Amino acid sequence: MARKVVITGLGATTPIGGDVPTMWKNALKGVSGAHTLTDDWVEKYDLPVHFAAKVTTPASEVLSRVEAKRMDPSTQFAVVAAREAWKDSGIEEIDHDRLAVAFATGIGGVWTLLDAWDTLREKGPRRVLPMTVPMLMPNGPAAAVSLDLGARAGAHTPVSACASGTEALHIALELIRSGKADVVMAGGAEAAIHPLPMASFSAMQALSKRNDSPETASRPYDVNRDGFVMGEGAGALVLEAEEHALARGARIYGELAGTSVTADAYHITAPDPEGLGATRALKAALFDARALPEDVVHVNAHATSTPVGDRPEYTALKAALGDHVNNVCVSATKSQTGHLLGASGAVESVMTVLAVYHRLAPVTINLENQDPEIPLDVVTGTPRELPEGEVMALNNSFGFGGHNAVVAIRSTGPKVELPN
Amino acid sequence: MASNEEILAGLAEIVNEETGLAPEAVELDKSFTDDLDIDSISMMTIVVNAEEKFDVKIPDEEVKNLKTVGDAVSFIAGAQA
Repeated sequence: MARKVVITGLGATTPIGGDVPTMWKNALKGVSGAHTLTDDWVEKYDLPVHFAAKVTTPASEVLSRVEAKRMDPSTQFAVVAAREAWKDSGIEEIDHDRLAVAFATGIGGVWTLLDAWDTLREKGPRRVLPMTVPMLMPNGPAAAVSLDLGARAGAHTPVSACASGTEALHIALELIRSGKADVVMAGGAEAAIHPLPMASFSAMQALSKRNDSPETASRPYDVNRDGFVMGEGAGALVLEAEEHALARGARIYGELAGTSVTADAYHITAPDPEGLGATRALKAALFDARALPEDVVHVNAHATSTPVGDRPEYTALKAALGDHVNNVCVSATKSQTGHLLGASGAVESVMTVLAVYHRLAPVTINLENQDPEIPLDVVTGTPRELPEGEVMALNNSFGFGGHNAVVAIRSTGPKVELPN
Repeated sequence: MASNEEILAGLAEIVNEETGLAPEAVELDKSFTDDLDIDSISMMTIVVNAEEKFDVKIPDEEVKNLKTVGDAVSFIAGAQA
């Protein structure tokens, strides 16, 4: 019998809130984190997209100046979210040799890399700072979180584009089930609201160009969706072997019941139009959770708001859940947060856990005319109450490269009311 | 040309920026490693920033000889002369 893994701590810094309580309150209300960028580089480089979803609380307001100086912004977000999750877990004493980290990023230290490149070109190699490499390396967030917590059972960095954050939970589950760790700090972080990624995603026509109305630009499933909105931030979850959590009397949010990762092997960026890889991922996650399609009541969809991406996910959900897809309520929270790339899976997993814990699905905003080819039951307007009994929810994440990652969260107790 | 006092003050500012140590703690007789607890990567960062601030070159092989803040001030003063 595999070890059961539960969620005991949550953390986040996002465009709709600098901590989990704020983010969740906004996610239930339905707010947009997207705004016009005021950075001088937007005009300087004549970028075609003038808006993005920045974190509401800059990391510099949470970390000390000296701490922040040694971290790329992506790592700063990771440390902010991980500290919140750790505090939330209430863990005080732990065997640090049994504590691991699985912290993802999609792009890594792009700010550090390109700032250093500017320095090299403008001032020469003598001016390139010695911290450049540890700050730009993609394992920077995982390494910094490991240092911060004293986690010595390994620090892992899944890199699978926009599936990275969800893949981190997959790795964490395996680490605990296989007995290599008792507790894992899992999550994802991204800080890519930089002119180069903005220009690159624009070049591939992936970003919404709704410059005159950033707040309504991220509109998953809407017939007038025209691309995703770049977001940033981090999400973090403390995953713990159930016996470890019970022994210390921890508050348990839910069970990380199953995970899966598959690859399309179809195209470097386009999703398989039949959603075959995503279908296999969904079925595998359910199997891993020893669950049936009928157990699923809610899905936090990947749904980025691109014309080509949203539809295959529906195809996959229909293939994996069968007719039961009509009984499942779906939230597309990127309509609020924008797309946090490698952090999105972690932030959306935090929301999925809270949806199960409080039996409330967050809202999807900006859905005015639903694409008739995606007839999902989308939660709009007000949050949807989930059934009182045992429930399961899924979080999907898909990434360039054909990566598909799915996690299944199962309730471990009755509905817990929201704090006032 | 900066005076030794000006170099010390500038260096203290760089050390504060890098480590958070109070500028007053950066005194001539203090050892970078033993007293100020500055690791090698911070030391190299301080060197890079000092080169820029004082417009001097501090060769890599020279850095290991800069044991105290006073050593660094003397070297920078000499390099500027």
